Amino acid sequence: MTMQQQIEDQVKQMLTPIYMRVDNESHMHAGPAADSHFKLVLVSPAFEGLARVKRHQCVYKALAAQMTHIHALALHTYSPKEWQDSQTIPTSPLCASRRN
Amino acid sequence: MSAEQETLAKIDEQVKNNPVVLYMKGTPQMPSCGFSSRTAAALVETGEKFAFVNVLADPGIYEFLPKYQDWPTFPQLYIDGELQGGCDITLELAASGELKSMMTAANAKVAS
Repeated sequence: MTMQQQIEDQVKQMLTPIYMRVDNESHMHAGPAADSHFKLVLVSPAFEGLARVKRHQCVYKALAAQMTHIHALALHTYSPKEWQDSQTIPTSPLCASRRN
Repeated sequence: MSAEQETLAKIDEQVKNNPVVLYMKGTPQMPSCGFSSRTAAALVETGEKFAFVNVLADPGIYEFLPKYQDWPTFPQLYIDGELQGGCDITLELAASGELKSMMTAANAKVAS
């Protein structure tokens, strides 16, 4: 199973999202690891009323096994209501070492 | 005390003794990671004072900081002793203007 599938399966099971998108952004970074950088956009009723820091901690907990293998996980978490009101999903940065 | 306990105690001291502290890869002037770079830039942008720790220069902190608040990645931003989050949250706070007011309040608390 690819890392992307592992992330998707694990999040589906633990956080019951109503919308989820996982992007593999490893190509934006230096180094050999093809499964190193991901972006996760997640809409879940579980986030309702939770501060952002707590939401991210929930996701990290759900992905504890995967986090030891991946280098970066950009997280954009929304409650269903925030998702309705939101305009755009932010883009992730390139590696500092790729800029030169 | 084990190396882990010693390091966690050191981190705890840094977090409690600095109103705003950013744990990052590299320095604000020479960041070594795109996420650390963006986060540091957002803090600089506020014009408020902040401390930073280069986790790449301290292997103990690099290893044990993820355990301090169950946050597995860098950067990590602490304001007034509390973990605020990493790059994504810091940029959201900056966009809404909350970042500057939180930093101003934390810095004022120490000055008074």
